[in-house]
Amino acid sequence: MSILLEAKEVSKMFGGLKAVSNFDMTINKGELIGLIGPNGAGKTTAFNLFTGVYQPTTGVINFAGKSLKGMKPSQITQRGIARTFQNIRLFSELSVLDNVKIAYHTHLKYNLAEAVLRVGRYMKEEKRIEEAGRELLKIFKLEDKADEIAKNLPYGAQRRLEIARALATRPQLLLLDEPAAGMNPQETNELMDMIRWIRKEFALSILLIEHDMSLVMGICERIYVLEYGSIIAHGLPEEIKKNPEVIRAYLGGEA
Amino acid sequence: MGIMDQFFQQLINGISLGSIYALIALGYTMVYGIMKLINFAHGDIYMVGGYVGFFCITIMHLPVLPALVISMVLTGLLGILIERIAYRPLRSAPRLSVLITAIGVSFFLEYTMMYFVTPQPRTFPHILSDVAYHIGPFVVNNQQIMIFAITIILMALLTYIVQFTKTGKAMRAVSFDTEAAQLMGINANRIISFTFGIGSALAAAAGVLVGIYYNSIDPLMGIMPGLKAFVAAVLGGIGILPGAAAGGIILGIVEALVSGFISSTFRDAAAFAILILVLLFKPTGLLGKNTNEKV
Repeated sequence: MSILLEAKEVSKMFGGLKAVSNFDMTINKGELIGLIGPNGAGKTTAFNLFTGVYQPTTGVINFAGKSLKGMKPSQITQRGIARTFQNIRLFSELSVLDNVKIAYHTHLKYNLAEAVLRVGRYMKEEKRIEEAGRELLKIFKLEDKADEIAKNLPYGAQRRLEIARALATRPQLLLLDEPAAGMNPQETNELMDMIRWIRKEFALSILLIEHDMSLVMGICERIYVLEYGSIIAHGLPEEIKKNPEVIRAYLGGEA
Repeated sequence: MGIMDQFFQQLINGISLGSIYALIALGYTMVYGIMKLINFAHGDIYMVGGYVGFFCITIMHLPVLPALVISMVLTGLLGILIERIAYRPLRSAPRLSVLITAIGVSFFLEYTMMYFVTPQPRTFPHILSDVAYHIGPFVVNNQQIMIFAITIILMALLTYIVQFTKTGKAMRAVSFDTEAAQLMGINANRIISFTFGIGSALAAAAGVLVGIYYNSIDPLMGIMPGLKAFVAAVLGGIGILPGAAAGGIILGIVEALVSGFISSTFRDAAAFAILILVLLFKPTGLLGKNTNEKV
């Protein structure tokens, strides 16, 4: 197995506050990994470091063999890391299809002159992403809602649209920030099936943050546990379940 | 001339004036939409556009359309440059700092221009012979028709770019949520540059058209139209493109009617009275939605 993402001794300080310290993580190609930890442990900060929203104070992050140091979020997205957000951040006033098309747009090659004159690559490329976008929406059972305004979708559908939009950037690594938040058990089950399926179908690695333990334990191959910005445990789901450090972090008390 | 005839005549004058306001207001509203900045230097960009057009026509002896295009391109580049030098370093600064910088840029443009072109007003050459068309009792001249036609064409082009191209979609994405847009692979800095470029080019078009229409330009000519266009943008709902267009036209018509029926000394008062009324009764503007600030 080859390494896709590697974080080595990554720390992030906000003034005097250490949000993440000495963070080590390896994600191999095709792996499905869970990142868990109590609220405020630094999980979303880790996502922000991987996507270039924050730069690490110290340490290095390598993706597909290259350092991400100094790269802008848009460049990292083009390299192949996509994410969803804990609090849904769709382009809420745009149509469902446009949300997905915007994400495809980084791969389009036509210039403004061609677009204004409606010649050359413009028509062909626009048609291609229109089709690809509808195809993608079909996978997420959103095809009949393609022309609706994103904010009018029910909550579960908005969550699915966020994943669809992230996939449209054609990532190698997909970061899911609490994808099951606010879902009922049945929706969570469907989501689990969908995550497994897209990993296989799109040949992805997935890193997910989740509080729903049944989801994490059910689908993740390996799990990292964060507490106060540091990794306190990592391993297979069964190992994590029995790890006294983890139990202490979640349930409190002396260990 | 009966009172109705005069009304319609003023309506025609108002639409020409309003087209100018609309072109300037579009730039205001685009920049506001994408980075929540009231670019108070925008009126001065319009002034620079007028001068570039003036020099194209007087020194290079170009016809109107090439002069218009060159002015739009050069002034568009100036807009991009201003954003790069003055506003980009302040991207994460408080909004007040950026606003004050905008006022500084405004003075910089006014007085730098004054240094180079002198404060004397210049007379725009009379390149279009006056042709007046009589449609029933009304008179429309060819300059008014040209202003209106160019405005419509530019607005149609802008609408097309914003609605149907990847750059336009990226602009809308950045204005909704800059961070999420960047994480979709959109280079927000490029999109912001582009927005400044387009907005400045539209203002430049307005500057050239005003030069042709009123025959006179001077380095401080941007102050009043800049403020009026700001009123127009607020009237239509700041950040909303059709709102800026509608706001500009409405403001132009109101001013023309006030000049024609009351007194031209009251036209500026009328424009600012509109601003006060909008802020009192519908602060989100005519096309704006009421949003409750989340706490």
